[in-house]
Amino acid sequence: METGLTTNLHLLTPEFALTALAFLVFTVDLFLPERSKEWLAGLSVVSLVAVMVVALVMRPAGSVELYGGLIVVDDFGLFFKIFFLGIGVGIIALSWEYARDRLQHRGEFYGLLLFSILGMNLLAMSRELLTAYISLELLSFSLYVMVAYGLREARSNEAGIKYIIIGALSSAIMLYGLSNIYAALGTTYFVGISEELASPAAASPVLWIGVALLVVGLGFKLSAVPFHMWAPDAYEGAPLPVTAYLAIGSKAAAFALTLRLFAEAIIPAVNLWGEWQLVIAVLAAITMLLGNLVALAQRNLKRLMAYSSIGHVGYALAGVAVLGSDFALAAKGVIFYLVVYAVTNLVVFAGITAYYNREGKDDIADLAGLADRQPFTAAAIAIGLFSLAGLPIFAGFTAKFYLFAAVADGGMLWLAGVAIFTSLVSLYYYLQVMRQMYIESPAHDTHNAAAHQAHDEHDDIHQHAVHDEPPAPPMPRPSWLLAGTMGVGLLVVTWLGVYPRPLLGLIEMASKAIVPLG
Amino acid sequence: MWDNFDQVSLLLLVLVPLAGAVLAMFLPKDRPRDAWQFAIFVAAICFVLSVIVFLRYDYAAGGVQLAREYDWIGHPLNITLDLGLNGIGAPLVLLNGIVLLGAVLISQTITRRSRDFFVLLLALGSGVFGVFIVRDLFFLFFFYELAVLPMYLLIGVWGSSTDFGTFLRTKEYGAMKLMLVLVAGSVLIWIGILALYVASSESGAPTFNIDDLAQLQQAGEFSRTLELWVFPLFAVGFGILAGLWPFHTWSPDGHVAAPTGVSMLHAGVLMKLGAFGIIQVGMILTPTGAEVWMPVLIGLGTVNVIYGAISALSQNDLKYVIGYSSVSHMGYVLMGIATLHPVGLAGAVLQMFSHGIMTALMFAMVGAIYERSHIRDSLILNGLIKRMGVTTFFFAIAGLASLGLPGLSGFIAEFMVFTGAFRTYLPLAVLGVIGAAITAVYILRLLARSFFGEADPQWDHLTDASPVEKGVGAAFVIILIAVGVWPAPLLNVINTGVESALAVF
Repeated sequence: METGLTTNLHLLTPEFALTALAFLVFTVDLFLPERSKEWLAGLSVVSLVAVMVVALVMRPAGSVELYGGLIVVDDFGLFFKIFFLGIGVGIIALSWEYARDRLQHRGEFYGLLLFSILGMNLLAMSRELLTAYISLELLSFSLYVMVAYGLREARSNEAGIKYIIIGALSSAIMLYGLSNIYAALGTTYFVGISEELASPAAASPVLWIGVALLVVGLGFKLSAVPFHMWAPDAYEGAPLPVTAYLAIGSKAAAFALTLRLFAEAIIPAVNLWGEWQLVIAVLAAITMLLGNLVALAQRNLKRLMAYSSIGHVGYALAGVAVLGSDFALAAKGVIFYLVVYAVTNLVVFAGITAYYNREGKDDIADLAGLADRQPFTAAAIAIGLFSLAGLPIFAGFTAKFYLFAAVADGGMLWLAGVAIFTSLVSLYYYLQVMRQMYIESPAHDTHNAAAHQAHDEHDDIHQHAVHDEPPAPPMPRPSWLLAGTMGVGLLVVTWLGVYPRPLLGLIEMASKAIVPLG
Repeated sequence: MWDNFDQVSLLLLVLVPLAGAVLAMFLPKDRPRDAWQFAIFVAAICFVLSVIVFLRYDYAAGGVQLAREYDWIGHPLNITLDLGLNGIGAPLVLLNGIVLLGAVLISQTITRRSRDFFVLLLALGSGVFGVFIVRDLFFLFFFYELAVLPMYLLIGVWGSSTDFGTFLRTKEYGAMKLMLVLVAGSVLIWIGILALYVASSESGAPTFNIDDLAQLQQAGEFSRTLELWVFPLFAVGFGILAGLWPFHTWSPDGHVAAPTGVSMLHAGVLMKLGAFGIIQVGMILTPTGAEVWMPVLIGLGTVNVIYGAISALSQNDLKYVIGYSSVSHMGYVLMGIATLHPVGLAGAVLQMFSHGIMTALMFAMVGAIYERSHIRDSLILNGLIKRMGVTTFFFAIAGLASLGLPGLSGFIAEFMVFTGAFRTYLPLAVLGVIGAAITAVYILRLLARSFFGEADPQWDHLTDASPVEKGVGAAFVIILIAVGVWPAPLLNVINTGVESALAVF
């Protein structure tokens, strides 16, 4: 493993390119007049796609370590890189219209987005705790700014402050955990940790404190219960595309780190303390339960999606809990779930954004009658929510079935049972959204609504099946970009639900790269 | 030629309605008639396919036929799309073909967002076909959920609310209740499926395939404890959809709130998915558990019969009467299954078919009445025969089939169920017969009160069933009579299925 600091440095070309492009976006932003700034979105998309291509072309055979083992270029990293870059493209498509109409300094917005993706990419590749920590901070700092991007909105500022304080706290906890691990084992390399942990002599209070704090720090980043309290406020206050990015990108990145960390550092040390699985399983169970149960009480769409995403984190964590039993199956289940969750959420958020761009409201009740006013948007949101609830023929069903089968097969049938039960709970609140869109009629103004109500009450003994409803107030179509995003997303959601095999093949390659040695 | 067709016939059965649903999305938005005609076209193809598939099932050979396996995701979960038809699935496929076409035809009156309506209805049809013809637990569950999924919107958007004077049963309530209760059932089924998968995985041959799992069961790979707690999961999970007491309350509320076509499909076919699941999954994969729990199931089934009949007796709303009568009739199905006796089980399957047709016919005719009078209260409606003679005639035939008049399909089915029950659980069989007597009371009372007798002048404006409704009604009546007079074609097929289902006991 005698790799010098500069050996194979060319393999990092995608990351260098991404850094350069991010700076390019910042620089060009300085010279562009306000009205042409949308070109920066185009520039960012082109750069993301270009980086994707470069990363694919430069795929090395097997795993190659860089910087003496701090970073590894392997299929796992590559898979997540492509995944993250794709998420970036989706988020830009989501934010284009929103940024044009509602955000200032949108050039920098795209620059920050590129930096955060750089952070995620490095996170998926890092094989050492401090490198992972720094990548995570790069991601987090970009997100802190993006969450507070609605400069004039008190909600956004409040969200930004809460997010940065909690984020800093969790970073500090994590860093303290890392230092404890280093104190106990004398190494921060994943491989080194697993080697040290293999000997029973390694067990010490300092080590356990370190590992516990590390898990807590990760829990904050994942917004697993009981470290989730920042999420609903941050989600609600952030600009909508950033909310989507928080729900999709930051979760996926934190899971990429978790998977590699568990596979390469922790699982080989199962003999030291096997019960760690149970700890994760309990975390997963309360995350699913609390996320989904509290979501029942939400009236705001963004908060609903926040709690729903907490619930989904719980499902993925359940997969992490059984990584030690059948690694290949569990890892595949988790990665598959993450991809499906990301695509489905992208569709739902694209739909919500399409609505928000027209009306500027984000309560669930505001969606009333959307099916008549923007049929395609309503259908996209509905299908996305059906998929999140885990109903066929959509990806959510297949992904949940796969993941829960892995969890059950890993010896935790009870955890799969909790997951399945909470899926039922989630169906209820997703149906509430659907009810607004498809069944309720849009409230015109209070007078009309009251008259309509009275008419209902004085109807004959049996009501007519169909009321002669007044025509819905007109609403312009969603922009072509958002409609396209929803359309493509729906195709992918259906395709993954019906024939996930090609994706599973790729995931198999990715998960093979991090298979634990023990 | 037929041999080639057999290769793909089952696949077509699920793909045609699904493709129809997808294509229907691209129809123009505000032309209800186009959407309706397109849906008829698709449903007619499905009907023809289902008839062919039924006729191609060779009952003399028995077993699983027309089998075809499509690799799906393979290792490590070993999920394949295994299609195959057995003697229990075959008549139910035929039933779905018939009722789907009838429901689409009846839905002529849906004019609001009709395109979306038919998209969902066809998706539902695909799911139902799927459950009857798959041999793999993953896809069985897949199609099962697919059949449940469209119900919320079908009822919530196109349904109707019922005012009871003191309180209102809204369609939203009915839709949400139905959806949540049914999915609660699938939670149990899902856990059961995973438990069996884990057991197969522990034995070294992880699989979701029903036949492979059954072999593992025969080889003694499933522990008795496992079967003892998994069978109730299946029995209750699937039983919920079959209207099992005390989990039946979604069913009347859901049926009443649903638009006519959906009520027909739901009471006619969807509830049979539940009973089919109990046989196909519960009985075949966990027979040890089934043997232990069957006395409980037959007890609950008897409660279904009596409780449903008494509830129907106390209802005045035409649709609620039929809704509760469905609960009662599904009780016979559950009783028949629980006898684990060849005659009783065959009777249960025949009852599924017969009840599917008769209840769909009743919902269709009540829908026709409601369409014209906007009233479903049997205390207000009277003398319908005067203005709606044909409708009354069809409803009466369905009602007579439902109370078990000899010569109509219901009689043979119920007779067989009772025969099976008399040989196994005598006291419960007696109670079941009492339930049948109550059925006669509420059906005849309904006929006397609302359909025959003097007509109020306020009903003078009513017109009789439309040609489409008459056509559907006539076809269904012919089927009821044909099965009642000459059930052999159905029973031959059913018996082979029953034989192999009971072979493990």
